[in-house]
Amino acid sequence: MIEASVLGIGAWAPGLAGWPAWRAGTRTPAASAATRPVATLLPAAERRRAPDGVSVALSVAHEAVTMAGAHGNVVDVRTLPTVFASAFGDLAIVDYLCASLASDPLALSPTRFHHSVHNAAAGYWSIATGATEAATAIAAGPATFANGLLEALVQVATRSTPVLLVAFDTPATGPLVRAAPNAALFGCAFVFAPRDDASTGIAVTVGPGASERVVPRRDARRAPALPSPSAAAMAFLDALADGCDATIDYALGPAATLRTRVTAPALRAQRVG
Amino acid sequence: MSAPPLAITATTTTTATGAGNAALLDALRTRTSGLRVDTFAERATGVALDTWSGEVEGLDTPLPESWAAFDCRSNRLAWDALHRDGFADAVRASVARHGPARIALLLGTSTSTFAASEAAYRDATTLDELANPRLHHLHATTDFVQRVLGLEGPCMTVSTACSSSAKVFGQAARLIAAGLVDAAVVGGVDTLTASTLFGFRSLGLVSRDLCRPFDARRDGLNIGEAAGFALLERPDLRDDVPLLVGHGESSDAHHMSAPHPDGRGARQAIDAALRSASLAPSSVDYINLHGTATRQNDAVEACAVRALFPATTRASSTKGWTGHTLGAAGIVEAVVTLIAMREGIAFGTVNSEAGDPSCGPQILFEHESRSVGIALSNAFAFGGNNCVLAFARDADAWRRARRP
Repeated sequence: MIEASVLGIGAWAPGLAGWPAWRAGTRTPAASAATRPVATLLPAAERRRAPDGVSVALSVAHEAVTMAGAHGNVVDVRTLPTVFASAFGDLAIVDYLCASLASDPLALSPTRFHHSVHNAAAGYWSIATGATEAATAIAAGPATFANGLLEALVQVATRSTPVLLVAFDTPATGPLVRAAPNAALFGCAFVFAPRDDASTGIAVTVGPGASERVVPRRDARRAPALPSPSAAAMAFLDALADGCDATIDYALGPAATLRTRVTAPALRAQRVG
Repeated sequence: MSAPPLAITATTTTTATGAGNAALLDALRTRTSGLRVDTFAERATGVALDTWSGEVEGLDTPLPESWAAFDCRSNRLAWDALHRDGFADAVRASVARHGPARIALLLGTSTSTFAASEAAYRDATTLDELANPRLHHLHATTDFVQRVLGLEGPCMTVSTACSSSAKVFGQAARLIAAGLVDAAVVGGVDTLTASTLFGFRSLGLVSRDLCRPFDARRDGLNIGEAAGFALLERPDLRDDVPLLVGHGESSDAHHMSAPHPDGRGARQAIDAALRSASLAPSSVDYINLHGTATRQNDAVEACAVRALFPATTRASSTKGWTGHTLGAAGIVEAVVTLIAMREGIAFGTVNSEAGDPSCGPQILFEHESRSVGIALSNAFAFGGNNCVLAFARDADAWRRARRP
């Protein structure tokens, strides 16, 4: 079993901009909701050019580390290792690359090309915050969030330091809707740290078989219709928002399960939220 | 961070130098480059690219019928490497020892099955191929390999561009140290794609000529394709097997597509790898460098090597043989490093003759026969993503080199 504390949370979905909105379940009507968050960490020119995935990833990561640092926790963003998890990366960039290569490969944009690497968000985060520790970017198909969670918690356990996990996905454009019919813009981020009793706890074990289940069952009342692959994080976010004990089974792939237990703080001084 | 060493009990590679480690060793020994004048770009897009590339021969044969849904260049390349060097058999034996759920699969790639997605876009009639759920996402080839090997443990794709399949070694060490698995298959697969050929060209990083790592005349890289795998297990220290004794990771925090001018991130990763292996720089016999043959990378890397290591350390880039295999570079060069230790050869640099002024005495152009007990392999990537691996030829070599 691997244990950690949750020191910070960030979340963004259309109509649910930020963890406070998520926690309260107050959705902004679609008509007035922003289509993507603003990555305030980036310089203005790059903020505008940044692809959706980079924007949402940096925005939720910023929210999570801000929360983690707001309660007297010693979380130095410059020495915080990072795990970025996304099933597809930036689909609009992939669509652009494929379409350009089919029409005029010599006109390919160098900026769009370097935006296409899966670790683009990790790179921009490191540049924007001065973070010089390890940064990884992973994918695991439909099990991307669960594997990202596992990798982040394994890093907390083996490095004995806080670790930032960022999970995000972007909507498909053009012909790619065939490959990723369910993707929506969504991101969430967590700062995990070695376990302490004052914070919400998380404990995971890896077991056989691919099971998906949430105990206690609850209606996914906060963002029920969000179809992004990384939105598997929804059940975890809901459990954190409710502030009570919960167990979530995530398929880690075709043959393994990540059993995730969320434990409310043992002490009264609840730090999350 | 310090993790216990891991035994590397099997390895395999398929690169432009041929299929299997023996072909790679033969090409290295005889200084025979696998690079050819590129024809892939024109075949993929109809537009020729004036460069050389490291294309693997024999990838025109489809996968066996039972794997038809998975058939694509990337999975054919992975399939080829899995069936060389007795690798699949070694994994089968490991499954028998540990059980399929106790073996992780961690593969690096920058493009996975992307060449198939590019091909689907070329004609309106083939766009529906994008609906095949077995392809067209970054984890597709890793998922295929997991099914082929029958593994059931944690299974992830690491995609940090050119450091991807170096970072999987560190990830495996962590998963084993945390007690979640007993062994891990690590590796990387990246094919030639139009996006990487034309994308690196758009950044002005592709040479029209053969790439010349660390040569004063170098003017860019050649892209290659490759697949490689390694089986990592807890060591029985009586065994005469090579060991992963440390790894170091860092971020430049400087620029998306250019290295930090002082090599800050590179040095940090080298320091971290040495520290985690309890090694001093003076104990390093050989370093397989990232050495892409771009102006910037090689100058920065040569300066870092000159500053950190004594004149007795030997260092070279072997990308003149294979091309820059991007997400597969980490595994290919880890295997080259293991071969250097086993054979007692510090490899030189093919295609290069006149060293850049930034090169110290460490940079080798000709092969040198010498005992290689401790070696490093460097991988530096877009986004300033760095990873350095530390290997020992065997437990004895590590014991002798370790700091008390």
